[in-house]
Amino acid sequence: MAEGQQHPLKIYWIMWGALFVLSAFSYWTDFWDDGPIRTAAILTFMMLKAGGIVWIFMHMGWERLALKTAILLPPVVILVLIWLMAVEGIYVEDTRIEYYGESTFEPQEPTHH
Amino acid sequence: MSEVVMESEAPGMKGVVDDWARDKQVFGVPWGKAMMWIFLLSDTFIFSCFLVGYMSVRTATIDPWPNPSEVFGLTVFGQSVPLLLIAIMTFVLITSSGTMALAVNMGYRKDKNKTFWLMVATAALGATFVSMQAFEWTKLIMEGVRPWENPFGAAQFGSSFFMITGFHGMHVTAGVIYLLVIAFRVRRGYYDTHGGGNYEIVEIAGLYWHFVDLVWVFIFAFFYLW
Repeated sequence: MAEGQQHPLKIYWIMWGALFVLSAFSYWTDFWDDGPIRTAAILTFMMLKAGGIVWIFMHMGWERLALKTAILLPPVVILVLIWLMAVEGIYVEDTRIEYYGESTFEPQEPTHH
Repeated sequence: MSEVVMESEAPGMKGVVDDWARDKQVFGVPWGKAMMWIFLLSDTFIFSCFLVGYMSVRTATIDPWPNPSEVFGLTVFGQSVPLLLIAIMTFVLITSSGTMALAVNMGYRKDKNKTFWLMVATAALGATFVSMQAFEWTKLIMEGVRPWENPFGAAQFGSSFFMITGFHGMHVTAGVIYLLVIAFRVRRGYYDTHGGGNYEIVEIAGLYWHFVDLVWVFIFAFFYLW
């Protein structure tokens, strides 16, 4: 775009406000009980925040598809790495338990000052 | 470059093919912006490797994982608030992202004064973030957290923490310096005579800054909340 990314200020104010609200929700999940709902909430708020930053603040939403695909598609392959390392991690944990037994570590409670 | 080859305006996949296959530069953006995006893509892979490595060691350890909500809690007026410092850091960084977005907009309006002050505000918020991170590191180190051990659980907690937040903090520090350099150049009118007389450079610096915020979104979710 020869004229650059010039957009109405209102869009930025809305996005800014949305990021605050979403971050507050993110922080709120820290007070929830662990479980699939909390995990889903963490991921949802994370993706909404990330999407908003990339799409609006970084102006990716207004760029041509050639740039969008060149930048946003390659990171998708990281999902394969996540899958491989998750499988590997579970395997290593299982073999550790099998050979070393359960953990005998006795953790201290964090103290606050 | 020949003027015969026209920019394609076609949307969708036809546009992708046009942009790559025509005898012209692929991306219809200033070269500096394209290069910043490609740098950020490579940086995405670096941070992804850190986070995936963290997932891997956290999965593989048999020792209990320290509860970040307690480790990073603060006591305020005798009351323990979980993850408080990290929450404040998150809001500081988001605020800085907003001031940066406004700076980019003011840059395109060629409002040098507003662009300068908004960039300085962004850098100041970034410096605040790094200072809070230094406080957090100091607190944890005094409590005995090391890259190789910690009293709260699995040793891998310390190594992941120092590696990931350290690398992110380094990015923020670099960003603060980068923003200040560009801000002072904007103020003295450097870009009126350099870089084609436009303020694309503010947007390019902004891309870097938003990326630093973006990475923090993922660190916050995966390291602090998970």
